[in-house]
Amino acid sequence: MAAPMLRWVGRGRLWTFARVDGGSCHRREAPTGSTSNWIRGQSSVAQQPLCMTQKPRKGEHKWAAVVGLEIHAQISSNSKLFSGSQVRFSAPPNSLVSFFDASLPGTLPVLNRRCVEAAVMTGLALNCHINKKSLFDRKHYFYADLPAGYQITQQRLPIAVNGSLTYGVCAGKKQSQVIPKTVRIKQIQLEQDSGKSLHDDLRSQTLIDLNRAEGQLRVDANISVHHPGEPLGVRTEVKNLNSIRFLAKAIDYEIQRQINELENGGEILNETRSFHYQLGCTMSMRDKEGKQDYRFMPEPNLPPLVLYDATSLPAGADPQQVINIDQIRETLPELPSVTRERLVQQYGMLLEHSFTLLNEVGLLEFFQNVIKETRAEPKKVTSWVLNTFLGYLKQQNLAVSESPVTPSALAELLDLLDSRTISSAAAKQVFEELWKREGKTPGQIVSEKQLELMEDRGALEQLCHSMMEAHPQVVMDLKKGNPRAINKLIGLVRKATQSRADPAMIKEILEKKLSS
Amino acid sequence: MLGRTLQEVSAALKQGQITPTELCQKCLSLIKKTKFLNAYITVSEEVALKQAEESEKRYKNGQSLGDLDGIPVAVKDNFSTSGIETTCASNMLKGYIPPYNATVVQKLLDQGALLMGKTNLDEFAMGSGSTDGIFGPVKNPWSYSKQYREKRKQNPHSKNEDSDWLITGGSSGGSAAAVSAFTCYAALGSDTGGSTRNPAAHCGLVGFKPSYGLVSRHGLIPLVNSMDVPGILTRCVDDAAIVLGALAGPDPKDSTTVHDPINKPFMLPSLADVSKLCIGIPKEYLIPELSSEVRSLWSKAADLFESEGAKVLEVSLPHTSYSIVCYHVLCTSEVASNMARFDGLQYGHRCDINVSTEAMYAATRREGFNDVVRGRILSGNFFLLKENYENYFVKAQKVRRLIANDFVNAFNSGVDVLLTPTTLSEAVPYLEFIKEDNRTRSAQDDIFTQAVNMAGLPAVSIPVALSNQGLPIGLQFIGRAFCDQQLLTVAKWFEKQVQFPVIQLQELMDDCSAVLENEKSASVSLKQ
Repeated sequence: MAAPMLRWVGRGRLWTFARVDGGSCHRREAPTGSTSNWIRGQSSVAQQPLCMTQKPRKGEHKWAAVVGLEIHAQISSNSKLFSGSQVRFSAPPNSLVSFFDASLPGTLPVLNRRCVEAAVMTGLALNCHINKKSLFDRKHYFYADLPAGYQITQQRLPIAVNGSLTYGVCAGKKQSQVIPKTVRIKQIQLEQDSGKSLHDDLRSQTLIDLNRAEGQLRVDANISVHHPGEPLGVRTEVKNLNSIRFLAKAIDYEIQRQINELENGGEILNETRSFHYQLGCTMSMRDKEGKQDYRFMPEPNLPPLVLYDATSLPAGADPQQVINIDQIRETLPELPSVTRERLVQQYGMLLEHSFTLLNEVGLLEFFQNVIKETRAEPKKVTSWVLNTFLGYLKQQNLAVSESPVTPSALAELLDLLDSRTISSAAAKQVFEELWKREGKTPGQIVSEKQLELMEDRGALEQLCHSMMEAHPQVVMDLKKGNPRAINKLIGLVRKATQSRADPAMIKEILEKKLSS
Repeated sequence: MLGRTLQEVSAALKQGQITPTELCQKCLSLIKKTKFLNAYITVSEEVALKQAEESEKRYKNGQSLGDLDGIPVAVKDNFSTSGIETTCASNMLKGYIPPYNATVVQKLLDQGALLMGKTNLDEFAMGSGSTDGIFGPVKNPWSYSKQYREKRKQNPHSKNEDSDWLITGGSSGGSAAAVSAFTCYAALGSDTGGSTRNPAAHCGLVGFKPSYGLVSRHGLIPLVNSMDVPGILTRCVDDAAIVLGALAGPDPKDSTTVHDPINKPFMLPSLADVSKLCIGIPKEYLIPELSSEVRSLWSKAADLFESEGAKVLEVSLPHTSYSIVCYHVLCTSEVASNMARFDGLQYGHRCDINVSTEAMYAATRREGFNDVVRGRILSGNFFLLKENYENYFVKAQKVRRLIANDFVNAFNSGVDVLLTPTTLSEAVPYLEFIKEDNRTRSAQDDIFTQAVNMAGLPAVSIPVALSNQGLPIGLQFIGRAFCDQQLLTVAKWFEKQVQFPVIQLQELMDDCSAVLENEKSASVSLKQ
């Protein structure tokens, strides 16, 4: 769990609490089974876009859903939030437990510096206000995997508040248009994770693993529905959702359930629910813990967490003893929203294309590497990367890192296209060859397969001439007034050139010859 | 040798007048003789003898670790000791053997001190008599002193002596009795509301509570984290300073210890002159419950300073009267929280009931805690309930701030140290003490000591004189935060002026040795 005032020990997990717009009373109480190394960010509500349900019948109001998310994310740190023991995925049970983690009497929490830095960085990335002073609290409940009988968290004055995150939602008829949306983040807090309970139903035993490094994301969703303009409805909380897909399913189900309930004259209970993965529905947990009073109290063993910025940093402060927000800001990588904006500005790409580039791991980097090495127009590059390249990846279910085509190879291919050395059709052929991983460069493939564009007009005229002579019937059709017959001739010429000739040029030559 | 101060015996060790092993054996033998005092819960004889052996080697090689090398010490049984049972005098922790040493214990051992054992206390340090632990009450060695017995003989109303023994005060009564009965030269207590100073006053010892944050709490099983401080019990102020020198300093394992450089070691100058000192007398501490004897000694002490040229000022600590009730809320709230970990799962007592986890928790905690602990847990949980938090806990925190500010204001007005009583009266007989319940007693007995913990200040109780009954009475000095050295320097001057008499236990020792077979040779040589 935590390290010294400024030695942040890392059992930190990030919990995010998303909270809806409008000061509804969606205050979520703490989760029952929190574990170690987490920051817990309470992102202020994620706002669910107005959700229409069913077609409103005459005289009926529309329903709106309000959704808040509490997201628990483990901090990537070497040691726990409040103790020096390691954090390692899939370590043997209870192999990484310090005396503090086991809550031996007399042990004290020492805050892990790395976890605080991670929390600050997360706060900055989510446009939060970073509190220069934050506090730790104890949240009490009895549970077998919570050996101290309380969890150390930041309930009253968390490390970061009032942030926002911009994201895109696909809309439009083809779901191809991206509409930017913003979700408000209420708070981000550092929180100790609890242990893990393993229930052995056969022997009716519960085994406890205090390693507390689950390495996953966990989300609790608070959901209510109401008629716009009226007070918010009673909320339910769906706990322990551990994938984005199930989160979405659970929310959709719960919204519909609440509407059905209300429309049938029922009422919504303020309760904790779980999501049944197989059945795809939520169920009341009938959980005493959901209702309990956590008896929050200031954690007396951790002084207030004080952070500095360039202006407040005391002169001569030991850098090991202080955390400088401005310094962390400098190490922040470019954030996705900024990247997207830059892509749109710099390359004139559509906003939705920028989303696609960022949503696929490694794709942006691939794109940028191609851009760096090719003379081709950015639009061309974008089109090739998003259509051809991504299409091949998706078809074979490959990650960008597993691609057989390197950025350099694609760049070379696009150069050949750009210099009109090959036609678009030939380029597709080259790409397909590249995908076979035979170790050949696009140039080699082009010359081996003789895919160069036929630039010799005289030779092409000669070819057209021979083709017309070989197919007098087609020429006759044309002269009789069937203009579409020319396509047959163009096709024959292209075939004879192995698609290396530009169809437009063939057409021009043929038309000229026919009219002469 | 046993009657000497730590400083004196340390010199004797250095000069080779006695070896650590001889000293250790003498103390062990006295521990056996005074077993009936119930000062120790665990006597770590083997550990102590082994440590003595190692110390002896160091002395032989001229590699002594310092003043504490070879010195027998005792530690209150709420400090974790690696490999040695640590019970807090509770069923809940009976049989619990910590795998680590509290930082203060480790520091003592690192300095070569010999750990004689773990001393008795009120369960989880909740009490002011050392009467409410599962191992039974601690008896005050002064009950058996020549000074007290002679006075009692003169009193025609005195009852049966055996049932008339006195309490030590508490909750560090075992540590106080251990030092007072010469079984060791210094002992660690803990001090949350006066638990070191109170028994020190009743047992004629120096009881020192350092500034909060000066000494690590890591390994001290907490009562109230925001007020707990390891305390030091010794026979004189210089000894307390030596021990403080070994213990003070930041600890990476306790984030509430302070990093600012502190003068170490805590060598105390001998004040020749107090004319530049300003002594504050808090007027609110003059309460009707204060015994006339203590009041008169307090007033004499003030006169003494004045006559020696110090400025003596009456000061006001206006929020003093709210301190006890405020303490009650804060203490029980933290207790409710701190005790939550004792659920029978990881360590300590576990009941036999296994129908459900909840039933196991409930039965374990009912069996493991005494009424006092359970009562405080219930109160604390009440104060922390959502609907009560603002009205109780938050208000109490505000009052705590006011109390702390009272001290700041007093010191800002030019006062260097405050002089107050430590206790209302001298030690009372056990039978009288238990007429009131623990809560009432704690509230009464902490009255002069407990506000200091709210403010995190250093304070020390100094034995001043014997009462008409022949029992020790102590007075308390309170210093500015982290001015521990200045506080002890003043206390040292005062100690020298008052020349408190040494406890005369010869008779007791003789009685015991008659009972205890062949121990005659190990007679106790008392000072003077």
